[in-house]
Amino acid sequence: MNTVTIKLKAVPNLYLECESVTPDKFAGKSLEEIAALPCSEGKRNYTLGEWFEISGVPGATAAETKIDVYGPGTSKCKYFGAWMTAGEVVVNGTADMFTGAWMEGGKLHIKGDVRSFSGLQMKGGEMLVEGRAWNYLGAAYRGDWRGMQGGLIRIKGDAGSDVATFMNGGTIIIEGNADIHIGTHAEGGTIIIKGKAHRRVGGQMVKGEIYVFHGCDVMMPGYKKIEEREIEVDGEKHMFNVFIGDLGERHPKSKGEVVYGHIYTLKE
Amino acid sequence: MTEIIIKNGHVFDAVTGQKGDVADVCMKDGKFVDKVSSSATVIDATGKTVMAGALDVHTHVAGPKVNLGRWFRPEDKFRLGERCSAKIDPKTKIEGGFSIPTVYKTGYEYARMGFGFLMEAAMPPLYSRHVHEEIRDTPIVDEAAMPVFGNNWFMFEYLKNGEIDNAAAYVAWMLRQTKGYGIKCVNPGGSEAWAWGLNCMTINDQVPYFDITPKEIIAGLITTNEELHLPHSVHLHSNNLGNPGNYTTTLDSLKIAEDFKPNTNLGRKTVLHHTHLQFHSYGGTGWGDFESKSKEVMDYVNKTEQISIDTGCVTLDETTTMTADGPFEYHLGALNHLKWGNVDVELETSSGVVPYIYGKNVKVCDIQWAIGLEIALFSKDPMRTMITTDHPNAGPFTRYPRIYAWLMDKQYRDDLLNSFKYATKVIDATYLAEIDREISLYELSQMTRAGPAQVLGLSGSMGGLASGMKANLAVYNINPDNMPKGLDLENAFAKSAYFFKDGVKVVENGVVVDADPVVKKTYWVDAKVPENKQVLHDINEKFLKYYSVNLGNYEVIDHYAPHQEIIEV
Repeated sequence: MNTVTIKLKAVPNLYLECESVTPDKFAGKSLEEIAALPCSEGKRNYTLGEWFEISGVPGATAAETKIDVYGPGTSKCKYFGAWMTAGEVVVNGTADMFTGAWMEGGKLHIKGDVRSFSGLQMKGGEMLVEGRAWNYLGAAYRGDWRGMQGGLIRIKGDAGSDVATFMNGGTIIIEGNADIHIGTHAEGGTIIIKGKAHRRVGGQMVKGEIYVFHGCDVMMPGYKKIEEREIEVDGEKHMFNVFIGDLGERHPKSKGEVVYGHIYTLKE
Repeated sequence: MTEIIIKNGHVFDAVTGQKGDVADVCMKDGKFVDKVSSSATVIDATGKTVMAGALDVHTHVAGPKVNLGRWFRPEDKFRLGERCSAKIDPKTKIEGGFSIPTVYKTGYEYARMGFGFLMEAAMPPLYSRHVHEEIRDTPIVDEAAMPVFGNNWFMFEYLKNGEIDNAAAYVAWMLRQTKGYGIKCVNPGGSEAWAWGLNCMTINDQVPYFDITPKEIIAGLITTNEELHLPHSVHLHSNNLGNPGNYTTTLDSLKIAEDFKPNTNLGRKTVLHHTHLQFHSYGGTGWGDFESKSKEVMDYVNKTEQISIDTGCVTLDETTTMTADGPFEYHLGALNHLKWGNVDVELETSSGVVPYIYGKNVKVCDIQWAIGLEIALFSKDPMRTMITTDHPNAGPFTRYPRIYAWLMDKQYRDDLLNSFKYATKVIDATYLAEIDREISLYELSQMTRAGPAQVLGLSGSMGGLASGMKANLAVYNINPDNMPKGLDLENAFAKSAYFFKDGVKVVENGVVVDADPVVKKTYWVDAKVPENKQVLHDINEKFLKYYSVNLGNYEVIDHYAPHQEIIEV
């Protein structure tokens, strides 16, 4: 795999929109062509070359291209790896909103935190975040009804609220805690929270599975406990309390089929 | 004093009768003139197509329902793997949105395609201030808006009693209050019935509590329109939109126009404009045997000279439907389970907004797509047939170039038709595969320039290149001696080589070069009627009794429409 290294020359005043920083856009181009790709700061249009020092050799295809991003100021850059379909992006620092949004494949590795709307409506690929995530992780964009459909998101720290709204597939693993509104409107997929969630987990959920290892402060009233079962989650076996509930049979698309959202908490 | 001469272009213009002749076009101080001095700026249009600025006869680009669409579809600005909010050209403001674009994108995109005039097709009178605020903020293009009268309590009461004088006085008062252009009629009676959870599915259904039928409403509105000599005819969206088998209702509605004659000195020859005919030309009894009846409907339209139509072509995109036809939007929302917005506008109308995805591999959507094109292709009189997408209901207006390319290139549309998943079923249910006709550039100039200008009563100032007309002019990178095909043709229409608005160069090579010097105007109609104390009394009474606003807060004052062009009749 060939590597392109890009290093910010300065910290942007406003936020820099870097949707051009994906292996798909870099593949098969010369460094000059990469430097001419567009990015914008607020309403002003720039090229990547004006903001980044670019070195290395891109691969012939996206799958053979790796992009290494260095600071200072990666935390003021949005859209890293958005819409990427293959290859690898490594951000050595914190990334701002829409990181890995609408991602379809490849690998995204963030060494710091990610901010809101990361992994938004993801379709495939893998996103690994060493720090924490803000709100709307792997969710549907405001107003949209098409949530995450596939892929894997792993957050080593905590996550904010509204994780995985309208989720329809794929897996989100949060190794820390999460805030409110987890998996709202979910229609499939798996959410694993290894710590605690605050409250309102699985509201209006139709289908899908939410593991909250250390439970939530208040369980939604639509859920009831049906059994205790041993399940293997992320490579470890535990005894879980199994809850089912919420909107399944009343959902207009369920067409009479009885489906439930599932919530699992550790039996302690 | 600016003088410009466009040299050696292939000129297509129905007003001066030029069918691709190589000629020069001169502009001076915002008007076309016969000749200019030698100091005029020369633009070389050799091997290019020159037409007048286009007019859009039916589009929804301003007002509360467009804004409701923007509110509840924030996801519209992200589409198909791209961010749609960006600064496109160096001298423009940021443009955003796809099916419900911002006002800036609306103005710039229309200018890039060579449009000089838009008709906002449905203005709820109560919210006309908002409509005019958005019109004011849309750059470059001139605009007008038509208030809706088809479900208005005043009109119901006057027309029921046959009081045409009172109806005319009320319409004239309303046009002045709302700075409106003409009479729009959406689902006559049905939108009012929707307040009681009902609808009017045929033209003979009674409107609940009003003892009037859609047929009487349409006939009454046409009578009122001709009594007032308004520039545009009644603009009708008839009952039973979007349902299989609705073409009979459409024909019934169109037949009402047979008894009337145009009464205006502004060049209009029609008494009824039926809008987005595609949504009204369906056969079959359900979605299973859904089929095209465009031939039956267009046969009638072709032989009836009092009727003009626009197509409402489906573009197979994800879009946002919005109409004053409240009950229809409710049914659509129940059909696709996405989102549903509904507004009741007091005594005047209702409206609804629902996102809709015209899927390329959904049989019904493909048939709708075919019907839209068939309507334009079956037309025998291009002056009475206009091309629209009913923006944004059947597709965004930014797809007009694609529709032109489908109409002008049989291969292009057949390739798409045959690529559908259910191609054989779609071909069986439609006429499109059998039609060989390709629209010519001259016919296109009639459908998008001279035709709409005549139907709107603006043929004195727009839609042509005759001396004295407004100098709206588009130059396209199309060489009629070597016609581009398919996608190239589409791109040529999407990014005009030059567009002049009022003699000012606004677009060059598809880039908006400078929008600031252009004064965009709001057109409205001031109809003169004798003072009518009865109507003023009724208005005062209804405002006291029912309206949520005072009469003084209703009028669109000049502040909302700073540059007015008033047509007095």
